[in-house]
Amino acid sequence: MPDFTKPDFKNAVRLRVARLNLEPTREAAIVEEMSQHLEQRFAELMAQGNTRSVAQETVLRELKEGSRLEKDLLQVEKQVPLEPAPPEGSGVYATLARLQKDLRYAFRALRLNPGFSTIAILSLALGIGANTAIFQLLDSVRMRSLPVQHPEELVRVSIPNARGRSGTARGNFPFFTNGIFEQIRDHQQVFSGLAAWNSTGFNLANGGRARGARALYVNGDFFRTLGIQPVLGRVFSSQDDQRGCGLPGAVISYGFWQKEFGGKASAVGSKLTLEGHPVEVIGVTPPEFYGVEVGRAYDLAVPICSEPMIAGEYSVLERRDGWWLGIIGRLKAGVTAAKATAQLESISAPTFQATLPARYQADEAKKFLAWKMAAEPAGTGLSSLRRTYEQPLWLLLAIAGTVLLIACANLANLMFARANAREREIAVRLALGASRTRLMQQLMLESLLLAAIGALAGIVLAQGLTRILISYLSTQFGSVSLDLGLDWRVLGFTAAAAVLTCLLFGLMPALKATSTRPIVAMKTGSRGVTTGRERFGLRRILVVVQVALSMVLLVGAFLFVRSFQNLITLDAGFRQSGILAVDLDFTQLNIPVAQRNNFKQQMVERMQAVPGVESAAAVDIVPVSGNMWNDYVHFDNAGQDVHDLVNFNRVSPGFFKTLDTPLVKGRDFSPADTLNSPAVAVVNESFVHKLLKDADPLGKIFRVDEGAGVPESIYQIVGIVKDTKYNDLHAEFGAIAYLARSQDKKPDTDASLIVRSDLSLDSLMASVERSVAEVSPAIGIQFSVFKTQIRDTLQRERLMASLSGFFGFLAAVLATIGLYGVISYMVVRRRSEIGIRMALGADRGRVMALIMREAALLLGIGLAIGTGLSLASTRAASALLFGLKPHDPAALAMAGLALALVAIAASYLPAFRATRIQPTEALREE
Amino acid sequence: MPTPLDRELKKGSAELLILSLVETRQRHGYEISKLIESRSAGALRFNVASLYPMLYRLEKRGWIQGRWVDKAGQRRRRYYRLTATGRKVLRSQRSHWQTFVAAINQIAGIENA
Repeated sequence: MPDFTKPDFKNAVRLRVARLNLEPTREAAIVEEMSQHLEQRFAELMAQGNTRSVAQETVLRELKEGSRLEKDLLQVEKQVPLEPAPPEGSGVYATLARLQKDLRYAFRALRLNPGFSTIAILSLALGIGANTAIFQLLDSVRMRSLPVQHPEELVRVSIPNARGRSGTARGNFPFFTNGIFEQIRDHQQVFSGLAAWNSTGFNLANGGRARGARALYVNGDFFRTLGIQPVLGRVFSSQDDQRGCGLPGAVISYGFWQKEFGGKASAVGSKLTLEGHPVEVIGVTPPEFYGVEVGRAYDLAVPICSEPMIAGEYSVLERRDGWWLGIIGRLKAGVTAAKATAQLESISAPTFQATLPARYQADEAKKFLAWKMAAEPAGTGLSSLRRTYEQPLWLLLAIAGTVLLIACANLANLMFARANAREREIAVRLALGASRTRLMQQLMLESLLLAAIGALAGIVLAQGLTRILISYLSTQFGSVSLDLGLDWRVLGFTAAAAVLTCLLFGLMPALKATSTRPIVAMKTGSRGVTTGRERFGLRRILVVVQVALSMVLLVGAFLFVRSFQNLITLDAGFRQSGILAVDLDFTQLNIPVAQRNNFKQQMVERMQAVPGVESAAAVDIVPVSGNMWNDYVHFDNAGQDVHDLVNFNRVSPGFFKTLDTPLVKGRDFSPADTLNSPAVAVVNESFVHKLLKDADPLGKIFRVDEGAGVPESIYQIVGIVKDTKYNDLHAEFGAIAYLARSQDKKPDTDASLIVRSDLSLDSLMASVERSVAEVSPAIGIQFSVFKTQIRDTLQRERLMASLSGFFGFLAAVLATIGLYGVISYMVVRRRSEIGIRMALGADRGRVMALIMREAALLLGIGLAIGTGLSLASTRAASALLFGLKPHDPAALAMAGLALALVAIAASYLPAFRATRIQPTEALREE
Repeated sequence: MPTPLDRELKKGSAELLILSLVETRQRHGYEISKLIESRSAGALRFNVASLYPMLYRLEKRGWIQGRWVDKAGQRRRRYYRLTATGRKVLRSQRSHWQTFVAAINQIAGIENA
C-alpha cells in the first residue's frame, strides 16, 4: 500500500526563495503557491504509479531545473534590505562570507539614508583630511628618511658644548670651520665616509637683474658618502676637491637640469655663470635627491675648494674663525652612534688644539679647547624648517585632532538620532533571535564603512591642503620643497584616525541601540520612552563636550590672530611701506678698496636722481632681513670698564630720514664724515639707557675690540635716534650703534640701498635697473620689497593665525549644528508637554524662555569646562605668542561671546518652532 | 532537458500561451501548466521553476491578475485572470504570432497541418 500522505515541499521552496530577501508576506505567498503546485504534481506522479521516492525526487528536480528560479524571480520581485542569514560556522571562509554579507548590508543601509551618509562622510573627510594634511607635512619635515642609501647609517657631527662661535658664520648649519673638518676627516676611524656641506646662493646672471640659484659647497666625498650615483655625467670625487682647484665643475640637481636645460643630455659639458665665473656642468643627480636639508632643495653643487674663487676676498675657507660647514658621517659597519661619539670625543682635544683661531683671547680660547664633538642620528636629514615649524605643526595637529573630535561628537549625535529611528527594526531583529553581538557587529561595520570612505576622501583632500600649507612656508626668495608622497606613516596615521573616529562616534550609539529591550520598543510604537531620557542625556553631554572643545579652539584662534595682529601693527620704529631694498654687486668692476666708499655714495646719489624717488640711502644691514652684526662696546666710566653686546649697522646720511626714524638729539651723519675725520656714531635710545644709564651721550667715546694685534676702534657719539627693531620683530628693542657708511675702512663690493618712492614697484624697479646699467651692465642687482621681507619673517605667526582661525571657525560651525540638533530634538520630544503648558495658559514668551533656558544651560556648562580646558592647554602655545599672555582674558571673553552668539543662533529656530505648536494638535497626538 | 531551441521557442510563445489560457476563465498555476502540456500534446512543458516567475512577471506588468480564492473545505488557492490591458496585449500578440507563423510557413514551405 503506497503512502499517499504528501511530503512537505514548503521547506524546499522556502530554501530557494529565502536567499532573495523578499518581503516576508510576499515570500510566504510565493512559498504557499509554489508548494501547492509541487504537492499536486507529487500526487499526480504517485497516481501514475511511481514510487514515493521517485515521485519526490522528480518534483524536487523540476524545482531545481535549469536553476533559473531565483534569477527569474529576482527580475520580477522587489527585494527588501533585511538582514540575510549569516553563514554558520567559525572557519575563515565562514567569517569572510559573513563579513562580505555584513558589508553589503552596511552599504545598503548607508544608501538608504543618503542625507545622513553625505553629511557624515563630508564631515569625516574634512576632519580626517585636515589631520592627514598636517601630519603629512610633519612627516615630510620631521620623520621622512633622506632619499639616500641606508639613511639609518648617517649621523651628524656636532659640538654639543659649543655655546656660540665667534667669527664669521655662513649658511644654515655653520657648525664647523674647514680646518676642523679636515682634522676630523684625517683622524677619525669610525666613518666610512664624511659629507661636509654649506648651503648658499649663487647669482647665475652675468650682471643686471640677479637670477638666484640654491647652491651647495660640498666636499669631494659628499656624493660617495651619501651613495648618490649620477643619472648623467659624473659627480665629484676627492680628486676634484683639492686646494687651489679654481672652479673645476658643477654638479646639478635633476630639477635644475629639467628647468634650465630642458633635460637635454648636452647639459653635461655646457657652461653656467656663478657669481660672474664660468663653470662647466659635469653631472646630474637623481630626481629624488634634494641634498641633506629637508625643505631646501639644491640647484647645483660645487666643491668646497672653489669657495676662494667665488667668494674672493671674503673667503672663509682658510679662516680659523670661518664657521660655514655642516658635517654628516656614514658609520662603518658595526659602529654605533655612541661608539662614534666616543671616538669623536677622543680626537676633540687635538682637533681643536690644531685649529684654534689666533685672534681668540685667553678665556675664549680656553672654552674653545674644551669643546667635545659628538655624533647624533641624522637619517632624517637636517632642517632649519624643522626647528621653526616642528612645534607649531604638532600644535596644529592637536588643534585639527580636536576639530575631528568635535566632528565625531556631531556624528555620534546623528547616530543616536538614527538609532532612535531604527529602534523598532533592531527590536524586531532582537526579538527574532539575532544576537546582540551580531547587531553590534553590523552597526559598527556601518560606522567603520563611513569612517573608511571619509578617510579615503580625506586623503584626497589632504593632497590639496598640504600644498596650500606649503605655500604658507614659502617666502619672497626661498620656496620650500618637500617630498609629500604618501608613505606608510601617513597611510597608517589616516587609518588609525579612521578607526579611532569610528569607535568614537559609532560605539556608544551602537551599544545603546542594541541594549534596547525589544518588548519596550515595540510596545511604545515609534518612540522609545524609557530609553529616551537616558539617551537624551548622553546627547546633551556630547553637546557640552562640543561647546567646551570649541571654546578651547576659539581661544587658541583668538590668541594666534591677536598675536599676528600685534606683530603686523607694532611700531617697529621705521617705515615699512613704499621702501624697496636694492642690493648691488659690483665685484666684477674690480674697484680698488680705496674708491669703494665713493662708488657706493655715487650709487646712492644715482638712486636719489631717479624720477619719482623721494629719498635713498646706503645701509650695511637692512633691518629685519635676517642679517646681523654685533660686537662688544666698551666705555670708560671713571676708570671702570663698562661693556655690553650691541648690534651694529653702517648707514649713509639720509638713512634715518628715508625710514622715518626720528632723530632725537644731535645730528645725522654728513658728507663731512670721512676716513680722515674722527670716527662718529649715532646710537639709539636703548643704547643710551642700557650702557650709559640715560646720561647725556653726545660727545661720549666708546671703543670696539678688533681682535688681538689690531688697535681698537674709537667712536664718538654725535646723535641719538628712536629705537627700532634690528633683525627680529619679536625681539624687544635692543641697543644699536650706527656707524658712518663713509668711514668704512674695509668696504666690500656689495652695496645695499634702500629707496623710498610712491611709484609702482614695476616701474621703480625698471628705472633703478636702467640707472644702474648706465654705470655698468656688469653690476648685479637684486630687489626685495622691504614690507614683504618683513612679513616673510612672520610666516609662522601667519600660518598659526590663519589655520587656528579656520579650525576655530569650523569648530564653532560644528558646535552650532550639534546644539541645533539637540535643541530641535528636545522640542520634538517635549511637544505634548509644551502643548499642555500652552493649553494651561503659558504664553509664547514663556515657551521660548523654556527652550532658551535649556540651550543656555548646555552653553553655560560647556563654557565653564571650556574655560578650564583653555587655561590648562593654551600654555602649550605660549612660546608662539607675541604681545599677550596665554591666559589672555580678552581672548577668553571673545571666545565665550562667539559661542554664546552661536548658541542663540542655534536654538532660536527650534525655540521659535516650539512657540508655534498648536496645543490642540499636540494633545490630540498623545 | 530542454534544448536551447526549445527554450527560445518557449520563451517567445509562453506569454501568449498563458494569456490565452486565462482569457475565458480564471485558472490556478498547476491548471495552467497541465493545460499547456496537454494542449501541446506534451510538446511544451512548464515546470514550477519556469512557470511562476513568468506568472509573476505578467502580473507585475498588469496583464493578468492573481488573487487568493477560499473555497469551502479546501485550502485557498491563487487564481489568475486576464486584465483589460492583458486583453489588448493578447489581441496584438495573437496577430503578430499569426503573421509570424504564416511567414515561416511561406519560407520554410511547411504544409499547414
